[in-house]
Amino acid sequence: MKFTLSWLKRHLDTTATLDEIVETLTDLGLEVEGVENPAARLASFTLAKVQDAQPHPDADRLRVCTVETDEGIKQIVCGAPNARAGITVVLCKPGDYVPGIDVKLSVGKIRGVESHGMLASERELELSDEHDGIIELPSGEVGQKFVDWLALHRPERVDPVIEIAITPNRPDALGVRGIARDLAARGLGQLKPLETPTIAGEFPCPIGVEIAEDARENGCHVFAGRLIRGVKNGPSPEWLQNQLRAIGLRPISALVDVTNFFTYDRNRPLHVFDADKVQGNLRIHRSEGGETIVGLDEKTYQFAPGMVVISDDHGVESIAGIMGGDATGCTDDTVNVFLEAAVWDTVQIATTGRALKINSDARYRNERGIDPAYNMQALEDAAAMIMALCGGTPSDVVVAGAVPDVARAYALNPARVESLVGMSIPAETQRQTLTNLGFRLEGDMAWVPSWRPDVLGEADLVEEVARIASLTKLEGKPLPRMQPGVPRPTMTPAQRREQTLRRTSAALGYNECISYSFIDQAAAALFGGGTEATMLANPISTEMSHMRPDLLPGLLQAAARNQARGQMDLALFEVGPAFHGGEPGQQHLQVAGLLVGRTGPKDVHASTRAVDVFDAKADAEALLSAIGAPEKMQILRDGPAWFHPGRHGVLCLGPKKRMAVFGEIHPGVLAKLDVKGPAVGFTIFPAEVPEPKAKSASRGALTLHDLQAVERDFAFVVDRDVEALTLVNAAAGADKALIAGVRVFDEFTGDKAEAQMGAGKKSIAITVRLQPTEKTLKEADIEAVSAKIVEKVSKATGGALRG
Amino acid sequence: MQELRNTYIAAVAAVQDEAALEDLRVQALGKKGEISLKMRELGQMSPEERQVAGPALNALKDELTSAIAAKKAALADAALDARLRAEWLDVSLPSRPMRQGSLHPVSQVTEEVQTIFADLGFGVAEGPRIETDWYNFDALNIPGHHPARAEMDTFYMQRAEGDDRPPFVLRTHTSPVQIRALEAHGAPIRIICPGGVYRADYDQTHTPMFHQVEGLAIDRDISMAQLKWVLEEFFSVFFGTKVKTRFRASHFPFTEPSAEVDIQCSWEGGTVKVGEGDDWLEVLGSGMVHPKVLAAGGIDPNEWQGFAFGMGIDRIAMLKYGIPDLRAFFDSDLRWLRHYGFASLDVPTIRGGLSR
Repeated sequence: MKFTLSWLKRHLDTTATLDEIVETLTDLGLEVEGVENPAARLASFTLAKVQDAQPHPDADRLRVCTVETDEGIKQIVCGAPNARAGITVVLCKPGDYVPGIDVKLSVGKIRGVESHGMLASERELELSDEHDGIIELPSGEVGQKFVDWLALHRPERVDPVIEIAITPNRPDALGVRGIARDLAARGLGQLKPLETPTIAGEFPCPIGVEIAEDARENGCHVFAGRLIRGVKNGPSPEWLQNQLRAIGLRPISALVDVTNFFTYDRNRPLHVFDADKVQGNLRIHRSEGGETIVGLDEKTYQFAPGMVVISDDHGVESIAGIMGGDATGCTDDTVNVFLEAAVWDTVQIATTGRALKINSDARYRNERGIDPAYNMQALEDAAAMIMALCGGTPSDVVVAGAVPDVARAYALNPARVESLVGMSIPAETQRQTLTNLGFRLEGDMAWVPSWRPDVLGEADLVEEVARIASLTKLEGKPLPRMQPGVPRPTMTPAQRREQTLRRTSAALGYNECISYSFIDQAAAALFGGGTEATMLANPISTEMSHMRPDLLPGLLQAAARNQARGQMDLALFEVGPAFHGGEPGQQHLQVAGLLVGRTGPKDVHASTRAVDVFDAKADAEALLSAIGAPEKMQILRDGPAWFHPGRHGVLCLGPKKRMAVFGEIHPGVLAKLDVKGPAVGFTIFPAEVPEPKAKSASRGALTLHDLQAVERDFAFVVDRDVEALTLVNAAAGADKALIAGVRVFDEFTGDKAEAQMGAGKKSIAITVRLQPTEKTLKEADIEAVSAKIVEKVSKATGGALRG
Repeated sequence: MQELRNTYIAAVAAVQDEAALEDLRVQALGKKGEISLKMRELGQMSPEERQVAGPALNALKDELTSAIAAKKAALADAALDARLRAEWLDVSLPSRPMRQGSLHPVSQVTEEVQTIFADLGFGVAEGPRIETDWYNFDALNIPGHHPARAEMDTFYMQRAEGDDRPPFVLRTHTSPVQIRALEAHGAPIRIICPGGVYRADYDQTHTPMFHQVEGLAIDRDISMAQLKWVLEEFFSVFFGTKVKTRFRASHFPFTEPSAEVDIQCSWEGGTVKVGEGDDWLEVLGSGMVHPKVLAAGGIDPNEWQGFAFGMGIDRIAMLKYGIPDLRAFFDSDLRWLRHYGFASLDVPTIRGGLSR
C-alpha cells in the first residue's frame, strides 16, 4: 500500500515529521517497506539570481554568467539558451551531487573559463524530462533552499511517498483514512472530520439492479448504484493526477480516477459503467460456465460454473468485485455513467480471483474485506466528486440486497492486558484507545467498528490496546524455570541417537549434506519411489517433483555435481527423513553415507586406494555400534536393487529387523545419475535398532582373568560360496566358555587357490583366542578344543582343515 | 707402574671400535692380562712392598676399568649417531591423508538453539513434514479462504483420483508441531520444534525448503513480557553478545497479540553485525498463542495462556557465521561444506560455549 504524505494529511492534522510518522507506522504494525522522499536528493540546492550573462570567448553556445548566490557572486559557465540576466535559477554548488547526470560537481574550467557550479534544468534534478533550458522560477530569494520553495509553490514535487506492508487482518489500512486513524490513536495528530454529502436524486434510475437467488448466499450482500446523466469526462484535475501518479497509478480519466481515488482513500473499490453501453438492467448471478468477458485489462477471461458475475441483457459485463468489462467501461466520450458500490462475499472473491488469476486492486480489497457500513455513503461521496469534476445530474439510488449487519461487541477486561502482555495500562487509557480506533464503548462492552473484520474476540481488544500503546515499550520479565534447580535433560532417546549418528559420521570423515526432500521422478524411481503417491501436485520444477524415497539419490546427485567441479574423492552423508508414502507419518529417519573415488588423494606412502564395500561396511558397523546395536547381527543379501546384487549386505537381527544396508552402488544406477565410480554407500535405519535394555547407568563388574590366553590358527578349505561368518560362528560355538574370540585373518581364493585345492574351493584362515578361567591350559586341553572347532566348522560348512 | 698406566690409557683412547676395546680389556684386565698378572705377584711381595704396590695396582685397575667403560659408552654413542645420521628422512613429506568430516551449519545451529532452550526447560518436539491441511492451517486459525493461506506458497501433494480428502501439504512452517505437541502432552508445556519446512519459492533469497524453529510455552500466567525476556536471553547467548530486541505489532493468524521481533545490528561496510549499532533486523515472528489455537490443541484457553515464536534456522546461521547465500546450503558443494562446516567434536554446550 502506497500513499503520499500530503494524501495522509488530507485525513490527519499533524505536525509530526516524516521520520516520526514512518517510525510510528512500523511500530503500529503497518510496517514501512520504503520511503521515497524527493526532497532528500534536492536538499543541497539553493536559489540564485543571474546578474549578467556574456558570450563565452571560445564557444558560441556557452555563456559566462555572473550569479548572485548566498556565498557571494560566482562565475558560472552555462550552455542553456535561456540563461540570461535577471532570472531566478536553481544553483548546484561544487561538492553537490546532481542526480540527473549522476555527477558530483567540482570547480572546473570549461573551454578555458572557470565555472563555480551549475545552473540546473528539471531533468538534471530528476523533476521531469524537461531539458530545453535551465529552471526559471517566478519567485524566490537568493539563498533560499530549493526544496523550501517547492514545498510552498509546487508541493507535489517534494511529496514523500510511503509504502507499507499490510498484514491480512488490516483491510482498513488499505485506505489512507485507516492509516490516519491508527496514527491519530497513537497521538500523532488529529483525525480530520469527514464530509458526508447527501446527493438527492433528480430522476428515477433508468437501470435496475437485481441479485439472483443463487448469488444471495455467499455471493453478493448488497449491490447499489445510481446514474449520473450528462457528465463531461476528460482528464482529472492535476492534484488528483499527481496523487495517483505518485503512488504508481496511471491517470486515465476523471471518472476512472475517482474510483481509484476512493479505492486508496477509503479502501472502497467502486465501478463505473458507461450507462449507454449497458443494455437493460444489471443482474448479479452465478455463471453457468463457459461465458467469456474481455476485462478492462483487455484480456479475455472464461468463467467456471458458480462464479459471481454482473450481466445485462447482452451478457456478462463485469467480473463482480474483481474487474469491470471492457465493453461497458467508461471512455472520454462517456456522457451517462452508472456508479456501482457493492459488498461481496470475501471468500467468493478470493476463489474467483485466484481461479481467474486476476490481481486487481478491487479483488485485493474485496477479498480482505471493505467496510460494509460505508457502502451507501460511498455512493454519495463518489457521486459528489464526479459531479464536482464532471458535472451531471444524479438519479435516485437503486439497491438490491441489504447492507450486512456486522455489529458485535466484546467485553473489555483491562486486567487482561497486564496478564497477557505484561504491560500496565490504566483502564481509562485502554477505553480511550479503543474509542480513538472507532470502537463504541457501552459499559464494559466494546462495539467493533464496521471496518475491522479482524476483531473477533477479547484477545483482539488486548492486541489493539497493546499495539497502540506500543510493544516497543514492553520490558522483558524473566521466565522462571518450570522447577527449581539444575535443568533436567530434555532430549528423547531418538533425538540423542540422531545426534550420535550425525556426529559419529562426521568423526568417520564424512561431510554432512542437506539436500532437498524432493527429487526428480527418474531418480526417485531408481530408489523404489517416484509413484503418484509421493508426487507433488505443484512442484516448482521437474527436478523437484517427488518426495525422496531414500537419501542415497540426493547424495549421488550431490556427488555428480561435485565431480563436475573436479572433486573426485568424496565422503558425504545426510541425516533426514525419507518418504515411503505420501501421507503424514509415512516418513522415516535415515542416515546415509556415500563414498566415491579413493580413500584419499594418491600419496607418497601409497596408503590410499579405491573405496570398496568393506569401507561402507566398517562405517555402517561403527555407526550401529555407536547407538548401541547388538554386536551379533546377521548379514542378509536380499537388499534393495540399487546395490550391486553380489556386493551388498543387510545388517539385521532376523529378516524383519533390518538395521542397515551397505554395499557397492549398482553400476547401472551410477550411470543413470552420472556418477563416476567406484561408489559404495550405506543406509542406517535408526528406528530399527532396539533400545538398549539396561535401565541403570552401572556398567556391571569387569571380569579380568589372570591366566595366560592362547591363540591358535586354523585354515579351512571350503566351497567358494561358503560365507566367512558361518565359519566364524561355527568355530565360536565349539566351546562358548573357553573361546573368547574368533577372527578371520586370511582368505585365499581365485585361480591359484583352486589350482591348489580343487575347483570351486577357497581357503579361510582364522585365529581362535582361548581364555582359560580356572587353570592354565595344557597341550591336551588345547588339542581337545581344536578338534572340536574343526569338527564344528566341518559340519557347518562342509569344509576340512587345510593340510 | 706409571709407564704401564700411560701405555694403557693411551691405548684406550686410541681404540676405534668395540672389538679392539674388548681385546685391550682382555690384554690388561683379563685373567691372564698384564695387570691381573701383576696383581697375582702381590702375594709374593713383602708386607711393606705390598702396602705400596697393592693400592697402586688397585687404583690402576679401577682407573683402566672406568676408562674402558667410558670409551665403550662413547663408541656406542658414536655408532648411534652414525646410524641416526644415516636414517635422515624428509619429514617435509606429507603425512598419510586422513579424511576430515564435518557437520552442516544447519545441524550445528539447531543444536546450539536446542542447548540454550534446554537450559530454559524447553524440550524438542517433532512432527511430520507432510501434513494435513488441518494441522498446517485450520488448527492454526488459518481457514481455507484466509489470504495468509494463499500467501504461503504451499506445496500440495497429488491426490489420487477418487480420493476426495483435501490434499496433504508439505508443512509451510513448524507451527503444526505446536498442535501435535499440545494434543500429545497438554499443558503446561515448553517445547521448541526445529525442522525443515517448504514453500514454493526459489530466488536469490528463497529456497523451496528451509529450516525453522518454533517455540511454545504454555502455562497459567505466561506473558508477552516473558517472551521478550526469553528471546533476549536466547539471542544474547546465541550471538555471544548482549542483543537488544525490538517488538513491533504485527499479525499472525495463530497469535494474538502478535509481534515481529527485530534484533539490534549495524551495517558497517556492507556486513551485518548483530548486537551493536542502531539498526534493526527482522528475524522472528511471535505472539501470545491465539485462543482458537489452544482450543484446537485441546487446551482450555480460559485456563491456559502462553507464547509462541518462529524463526529461520538457516537465517540465524547465516547471520552468526557470515554465510552469504541461502541457496548454497542445499547444494552440497564440498568446498562449501568444508568451509562452513563444523568438526564432529564441536558440540555446543552451556559450559563450553555456543560458538565455534
